[in-house]
Amino acid sequence: MEIKVLGPGCAKCKATADLITRVAAEAGKEVTIEKIEDMRQIVGFGVMTTPAVVVGGKVVHKGSVPSHDQVLAWLN
Amino acid sequence: MSADISSPRPARPDWLWHAGLVAFVAVWWLVYRQLIPLAEGITSLFPVDRHSHTGEALAFFFYDVPKVMMLLTLIVFAMGVVRSFFSPERTRALLAGKREGVGNVLAAGLGVMTPFCSCSAVPLFIGLVSAGVPLGVTFSFLIAAPMVNEVALALLFGLVGWQVAMTYAAFGLVIAIVAGWVIGRLHLEGWLQDWVRDIHSGATAPDASGDTPLTLVDRYRLGIEAVREIFGRVWFWIILGIGMGALIHGYVPEDLMARIMGADAWWSVPAAVVIGIPMYTNAAGVIPIVEALLGKGAALGTVLAFMMSVIALSLPEMIILKQVLTLRLIAVFIGVVGSGILAVGYLFNFLF
Repeated sequence: MEIKVLGPGCAKCKATADLITRVAAEAGKEVTIEKIEDMRQIVGFGVMTTPAVVVGGKVVHKGSVPSHDQVLAWLN
Repeated sequence: MSADISSPRPARPDWLWHAGLVAFVAVWWLVYRQLIPLAEGITSLFPVDRHSHTGEALAFFFYDVPKVMMLLTLIVFAMGVVRSFFSPERTRALLAGKREGVGNVLAAGLGVMTPFCSCSAVPLFIGLVSAGVPLGVTFSFLIAAPMVNEVALALLFGLVGWQVAMTYAAFGLVIAIVAGWVIGRLHLEGWLQDWVRDIHSGATAPDASGDTPLTLVDRYRLGIEAVREIFGRVWFWIILGIGMGALIHGYVPEDLMARIMGADAWWSVPAAVVIGIPMYTNAAGVIPIVEALLGKGAALGTVLAFMMSVIALSLPEMIILKQVLTLRLIAVFIGVVGSGILAVGYLFNFLF
């Protein structure tokens, strides 16, 4: 499963990527996380607030560090 | 922080939340009214004369720290709840296609209400401009957002008084509206970075929203989340700032500031603005110092100008904006906003 974390390298973006890695490990899911820090690409997804999360090419979350449960829901 | 946090986990009943909130405010109020005896009590535990320099500084510190922390908690929570009614997407929809003038006023107001962190400034800027929000209106938004923020208002309200807090908020908005309008009149769209212009002329980015409606309890949660996040970021600055303020309060001679930062020294306003630009503490660090300076005879206009300059014109912010604005446009931005701050500074020194 491929998950993209969009954000210009701010603390919350890192926290988001770390959270997804952790939850995936707990749930025993195989994920590859791609951090997208280039502003042009971020804007290309149409998000206005970061960090944002893209799962399967679709923006599922934006503007905050997601909750544990949200991440779990994306993984399933 | 956006409206994406829904509540899938089993929750406490709603009435418990409402009751808890009422109880919290009641306890808050009782404690808040006891802060002076509390501070005097703590100060008397130290082996110093209450009326010595050290005694004055300690009393100042032990009164202001809990007071500011308490005010900040309440105001940030309230703003967190209010902001849960707004989102960048809704703001964009409200501002798209608005004329200049009306648009500038609306944008400045929305800048205060819309939740976003400074690391989102660039995508937000592009999101607005690409949706057809005029450049000047976008600037009104971007100037108002950091300038009139809840941390600044809470600290001003707690330390300097509600009159100055309201004055600051009102003139912060006026500067955002007027500066945005002026930048719009100058028609500087060509001074955006090339790649931003391309997005501008192209199709609008797809809307990534899919928000579920929030319950009141969800909004409480967002408020609590805001309190936690802001405290994590500013508690250190508040203690440092109040510590500095306490030293000034206890040790700086009474009339020194009146001479350097008084209303008679005409050059003090531009000096305050220029010194404020490279300084980057947030409002939390600078306002306690401002309070202490005012107490030592500094003029209100000079101090307001300093504060606005520190908060609204900061180098890190310029570096972020450099990704979307050319240096020329950044220079115009600094020039226009700086002039506005200067005008406010002189106006206040003249009036008060």
